[in-house]
Amino acid sequence: MTLTEKILARAAGKTKTIPGDNVWVDVDVLLTHDVCGPPAIGIFKREFGENAAVWDRKKLVIIPDHYIFTKDVYANRNIDILRSFASEQQLPYYYDVGTENYKGVCHVAMPELGFTRPGEVLFGTDSHTCTAGAFGQFATGIGNTDAAFIMGTGKLWVKVPETMKFIFEGEIPPYIMAKDLILQIIGDIGVDGATYRAMEFTGDGVMRMDMEGRMTLTNMVIEAGGKNGVVEPDETTFNYVRERTNHPFDPVYNSPDAKYHSVRVYKSSELEPMVAKPHSPDNKATVTEVKGTKLTRAYIGSCTGGKISDFEAAAKIIKGNELKIDTYVVPATTEVKRQLREVTFEGQTLWDIFESAGCHMGEASCAACLGGPSDTFGRLNHEEICISTTNRNFPGRMGSKKSQVYLASPYTVAASAIAGVITDPREYLPVTV
Amino acid sequence: MKKIVGKAFVLGDDIDTDQIIPAEHLVYSLDKPEEKKFYGRFALSGVPDSVSGLPEGGIPFTQPDKFESDFQIIVAGKNFGCGSSREHAPFALQVAGIKAVIAPGYARIFYRNAIDGGFLIPYECFESLNGTIKTGDELEIDTDLDLLHHKASDKQYPLRPLGDVADIVEAGGIFEYARKNKMF
Repeated sequence: MTLTEKILARAAGKTKTIPGDNVWVDVDVLLTHDVCGPPAIGIFKREFGENAAVWDRKKLVIIPDHYIFTKDVYANRNIDILRSFASEQQLPYYYDVGTENYKGVCHVAMPELGFTRPGEVLFGTDSHTCTAGAFGQFATGIGNTDAAFIMGTGKLWVKVPETMKFIFEGEIPPYIMAKDLILQIIGDIGVDGATYRAMEFTGDGVMRMDMEGRMTLTNMVIEAGGKNGVVEPDETTFNYVRERTNHPFDPVYNSPDAKYHSVRVYKSSELEPMVAKPHSPDNKATVTEVKGTKLTRAYIGSCTGGKISDFEAAAKIIKGNELKIDTYVVPATTEVKRQLREVTFEGQTLWDIFESAGCHMGEASCAACLGGPSDTFGRLNHEEICISTTNRNFPGRMGSKKSQVYLASPYTVAASAIAGVITDPREYLPVTV
Repeated sequence: MKKIVGKAFVLGDDIDTDQIIPAEHLVYSLDKPEEKKFYGRFALSGVPDSVSGLPEGGIPFTQPDKFESDFQIIVAGKNFGCGSSREHAPFALQVAGIKAVIAPGYARIFYRNAIDGGFLIPYECFESLNGTIKTGDELEIDTDLDLLHHKASDKQYPLRPLGDVADIVEAGGIFEYARKNKMF
């Protein structure tokens, strides 16, 4: 069995599952946020009763992150609904807005808080829940009804997916980031190339990555239609998780006889900096093919490209340069924001590097990645041409449907912000042979 | 024999949930009737005008002053409902009056949400029909025989049987299904 098949078999109390089986699994963690939490809570109360208790208050994690710093009254009402639900259910893992507990983007906060544990089953009311697969967890997005069902029962039915394997052989070149790998894959297989399937990433190119690089890969499997993404856990995984939680976990691995839907092998040395052109994540081009394309804005943030390692990469390129276009910096979480003020590059904090280059500095949240209310920080309200470290560039995704969005790595976004046109990051990185 | 009858609204490939219901509208209550109706008004408002209602385009799914669409069945290309997990997407289509979608394939979260929430029936067709059927054409779906009848051409097209999930569709959603099977 594959790692995914094994996790689902164990969670279903079976010794074996095969792809296509529908199984009822016990849920280890349910995640929700301010957009889908309130309707899920509404359904939970409608179906189980106004005074019903959730199945296990230590397994429900609520992290508001989408519409936080807005005057929109309906958006703020959603936070109120979460707050009163957390209070009436006495939920220990609610991270309230406006308190020291506030975290920001749930998919980056979940690992920070130790909720992404190898071998477990995580469901979340957000399609990028698949990010947690980087830790060898089965993690996938669901809707409000399914979340409400879990709140009441602790169970959900799931179809066991086939697994597609993606192998990166050899060391990743220094100008290539995980984002380039996943944009390459999505471009190769298409936005429905992995529908209903698991995507596993391996090879020494992947296994040498830190957890944040692996998270960038698994984060975007949904952009190929994937059900979950997964990286087999190793010492890098265990060290990261153990530093953040004492909660025990029981990792699983692929069996030698595991069967795969398909295997694709990439030579890491041949990879190029990539973009996804408007208006689809699979509309791939190498940076070389589109360099010189005029831009009006750059955006660094989100669950895909707003982690501390993403900002370290961007800062390395931006330091000492002036920016030609408006550039927005949005740390995914309050922890990332704290680190921006601590981590230095050539003696200057990342925060100082961005601020002195003239970047617009935002608060931890999803912000303009998905547009949101019209007063959202960094939202594309007009006909912008934006290069972004985020995950989706569908029409209107970041605001106006008249805008265009290019997706790229933090290196490429930073280099392009300096030049005001799409630019190869190799022009700003030390020459390597 | 159970039938779904209505007018077709035709769309292209890869219609994502941001086009089905743009994120700025996700703030309305899904329960309160005076707010819920806005999901009907803004359903499919993220689709670029030129491809809204094929083949000509330029047809709003819901008229700007209305809360319900004039169309009851969506005929789309591959990978319908891709992108975010927002259940507001099949919900918005239901509020607008959609009973069924016909497409060669779906993004899995949309498919699940449509069925588990009992919002609409996501039928799979065997060949793309969004080049054959035009926006406004009268359609009839026979849900017992899994057949689509296109009245303009008087042709019938087979639809893929719902298989495992037929019982959940029949029950009207995952809660009704679970109660029927005494799961809680």
